[in-house]
Amino acid sequence: MRQPASVAATLDRTDMSEEDEIELEPIEILELPLDAWHRDKGARMVEFAGYHMPIQYEGIMAEHIWTRENAGLFDVSHMGQLMLTGDGAAEALEAMVPGDISALKEGKMRYSLLLGEDGGVLDDMMITAVPMGLYVVVNGAVKWDDMGYLREHLPDEITINHMDDRALLALQGPKAVDALKRVVPGVDALYFMEAGSFFWGPKTDPEPLWISRSGYTGEDGFEISVPAAHAKALADQICAQPEVKPIGLGARDSLRLEAGLPLYGHDMNPEFDPVEASAAFAVSKRRRAEGGFFGSDRILNALANGPARKLVGLSVDGKMPVREGAPVFAGDTQVGVITSGGFGPSVGAPIAMGYIDAGHNATGSTLEAEVRGKRVSVTVSSLPFTPHHYHRKGAHT
Amino acid sequence: MTRYFTEDHEWIEVDGDSATVGITDYAQSQLGDIVFAEVPATGAMLKKGGDAAVVESVKAASDVYAPVSGTVIEGNGALEGDPALVNSDPEGEGWFFKITLSDTSELDSLMDAAAYKAFVDGL
Repeated sequence: MRQPASVAATLDRTDMSEEDEIELEPIEILELPLDAWHRDKGARMVEFAGYHMPIQYEGIMAEHIWTRENAGLFDVSHMGQLMLTGDGAAEALEAMVPGDISALKEGKMRYSLLLGEDGGVLDDMMITAVPMGLYVVVNGAVKWDDMGYLREHLPDEITINHMDDRALLALQGPKAVDALKRVVPGVDALYFMEAGSFFWGPKTDPEPLWISRSGYTGEDGFEISVPAAHAKALADQICAQPEVKPIGLGARDSLRLEAGLPLYGHDMNPEFDPVEASAAFAVSKRRRAEGGFFGSDRILNALANGPARKLVGLSVDGKMPVREGAPVFAGDTQVGVITSGGFGPSVGAPIAMGYIDAGHNATGSTLEAEVRGKRVSVTVSSLPFTPHHYHRKGAHT
Repeated sequence: MTRYFTEDHEWIEVDGDSATVGITDYAQSQLGDIVFAEVPATGAMLKKGGDAAVVESVKAASDVYAPVSGTVIEGNGALEGDPALVNSDPEGEGWFFKITLSDTSELDSLMDAAAYKAFVDGL
């Protein structure tokens, strides 16, 4: 169990992901294109994924609630934006991901997983079919590893372009569409998990932006890829809309936890396969029938027979948060471990996710987590904790 | 009554041989929204520098240490229902516990308000 730190140690802690962030050799912490913009907005900066990042502006609770009710602008430029080009890129990538990528139509995106050779999850990612090839967004903390792995396993004729000259902004919340369509006309035509190129700026010299209707909060919203040189002007314009406030990584974490969305490196890691990670939906029907991807024997077996353990949501009795690393018991037997946990500002109670052994992970199962030597009752809960509000095609909203 | 401070951002207000303990305004502002606080039971024996209470923000759990040794007279029951008192009034209604001091000479190693302000300014 992770021992709580002293107040002073907590204040000194600059790394959001705490002890399990892999320490590389001492390297310079890098600045993202909007570094000065965040500081001007009063952000408290922390080190995350090798970059100085805003953890909060006015406070995690207020920023979380604002995003659920209005719209929040997140800088997620630490994430890796990759462009895969070359004939057969989709088919080649399918050796390493379990989704039906070759069937992806232009302007459509899919959540997928980068698989290790044993079927463990190396990263989760968004893959979009674009005119040039495949636009892939990967997690910042593992993007260098991902690129090395992709290079190792993709044929030489597939080019991997790391678009590190672009920033990535996310505008999330029920009013995101109202705010963004004023700045970038036409974006309201996108549905959830669709993307396209949109012009922004003066008619005489418009800048193309790559915009998707997607996100990591459970709310409607957009992710916007913008050349780094224009990131500040775009962020200023979006934040000038009355619905929008800048939101830090702290609220991003509490929003995604309430939405039941896994955080790579915590709720997913190379030890677990997609079925254990409750991401079986990312294993497409055709791929289940055909197999032929890394770890497909293991993954198809887990699909057929059920995984030995599974990532589930856990609602927590009382008010004491149950956090990452807390063991979970059925009686005297440890049956799992918490991988994400905290307070859900919209739920108004502590919530968690964790891996729980088969036989104990059915929704409604009552278990106990151990926190500072004390047992607290937890109940396996269906995810998400707060309903998703995506703008789905065909849905009545 | 005299108020002292620790480098771990606890304050202790001493009145004779008893005292009230909490975390400083600086600490609460840095921790952010407090969602849970666990205070020691009445009668608990605390050792200077030992674990005394726990405070949890949205993000993280932190220990509150005993600034001096002593026996707990009372934990602040109001924090159970309203942990945000630690944010709204950290050096008043948001106190954590009251103790009877076992060795008042332990106070000598603590900072006064001016020294603590200088300490925080240097962080």
